Amino acid sequence: MSDVRNLINITDFTVEEIDELIDVANDIVADHAAYEDICRHKKLATLFFEPSTRTRLSFEAAMLEMGGTVLGFSEAGSSSAAKGESVSDTIQTVCCYADIIAMRHPKEGAPIVGARRTTVPIINAGDGGHFHPTQTLTDLLTIKRKKGRLDNMTVGLCGDLKFGRTVHSLIEAMLRYENIKFVLISPQELQVPDYVKETMDKHGAEWKEVESLEEAMSELDILYMTRIQRERFFNEEDYVRLKDSYILDLAKLETAKEDLTIMHPLPRVNEISVEVDDDPRACYFFQALCGKHIRMALILKLLGIKKEA
Amino acid sequence: MNIDGVKTGIVLDHIKAGKSMDIYKYLKLDKIDNTVAIIKNASSSKYGKKDIIKIDQLIELDLDILGYIDSNITVNIVKDGKLAEKKHLELPETLENVIKCKNPRCITSVEQEIVHTFKLVDREKKVYRCAYCDAEHKNK
Ligand SMILES: [Zn+2]
Repeated sequence: MSDVRNLINITDFTVEEIDELIDVANDIVADHAAYEDICRHKKLATLFFEPSTRTRLSFEAAMLEMGGTVLGFSEAGSSSAAKGESVSDTIQTVCCYADIIAMRHPKEGAPIVGARRTTVPIINAGDGGHFHPTQTLTDLLTIKRKKGRLDNMTVGLCGDLKFGRTVHSLIEAMLRYENIKFVLISPQELQVPDYVKETMDKHGAEWKEVESLEEAMSELDILYMTRIQRERFFNEEDYVRLKDSYILDLAKLETAKEDLTIMHPLPRVNEISVEVDDDPRACYFFQALCGKHIRMALILKLLGIKKEA
Repeated sequence: MNIDGVKTGIVLDHIKAGKSMDIYKYLKLDKIDNTVAIIKNASSSKYGKKDIIKIDQLIELDLDILGYIDSNITVNIVKDGKLAEKKHLELPETLENVIKCKNPRCITSVEQEIVHTFKLVDREKKVYRCAYCDAEHKNK
């Protein structure tokens, strides 16, 4: 394995390194001119073996905003993978053309296979239901910007907590900070898996499971909403009975704190009512902006580029 | 320890009763020309019953595979009719191409050339996780 630095899982970075990324992301906003050309002549390859327009655009926007260029493909059908090329071969080829790679793949662990043979940094832009570390970095930057801290708060996670990898990954990342309490809001069928509970216990974190969003609302500092997909339910009856309980609207926000931060990884379907968008506590589009800034900081870190002093 | 009948070779002792044929297959002992003796259900002070395999030839043993199958096995190396070395096994930290990941969403399920790699995450409970997708390996 080469000594290239990659980002496969959020835990590949220490808390200190994440702090550094957040600092750079904030500096990008504060001193934007210093970053406009910082990646000139650098190329980012976005290898998307499955489509994810939003994630791909955020990577491409990040690179373009720093004066770099992008190349790549947006679905497996338009790549050599459709002809049966292995991940390893694709990566070794693309290494000849690009300085850094952002890769999304439907199979879990695919970026680890890529990382074995790479000569340029690889960023995991999502591997099936496994990891999605740049989403987690985005979430951490959003929380830091809104709260001014990453410790001492109550985080509510709502919706599909069983299959929601963004949720698992955010829990894993937040566990490394002091005094984080988790309130897990979901129907029984979609509670977080046991191994996540074991991890929380191992870190001595306080957590509880509730079925009602209203019940949890008043104590939350962060409310992280996720989508509940119809096909996750065992029967239509349960879906119809439960679906409205996990839709956030203004009525449910009545008991919420003044400074609650409402987050969502997007795309949203109907789990947050549009009427909430104008509430100052709605942060999900701000979160998308944070996603670009943190990816800019990440690209710089992995390329080893620093702003000129 | 009973090394009778082996002049220069290996005696695998304390095999869990009934497991000797699995080990015979894993170690590909059917390919060996010299004498191989399998003793089933021998009495053992430690385990009640045990299996023993005697191989009258010094062969390359993969102690990792053996340790994974049964870490209680003792490996006795016999030279000129005398016990030359006794090895105790333990669960290996990493398994390469011994077991396969059963997660259908794992990259190893679609690409042929990948080395199937597992990491030991809990020695006491003998839990291995796929190095690619982190799925826990479940026997059977
Ligand atoms: Zn696997």
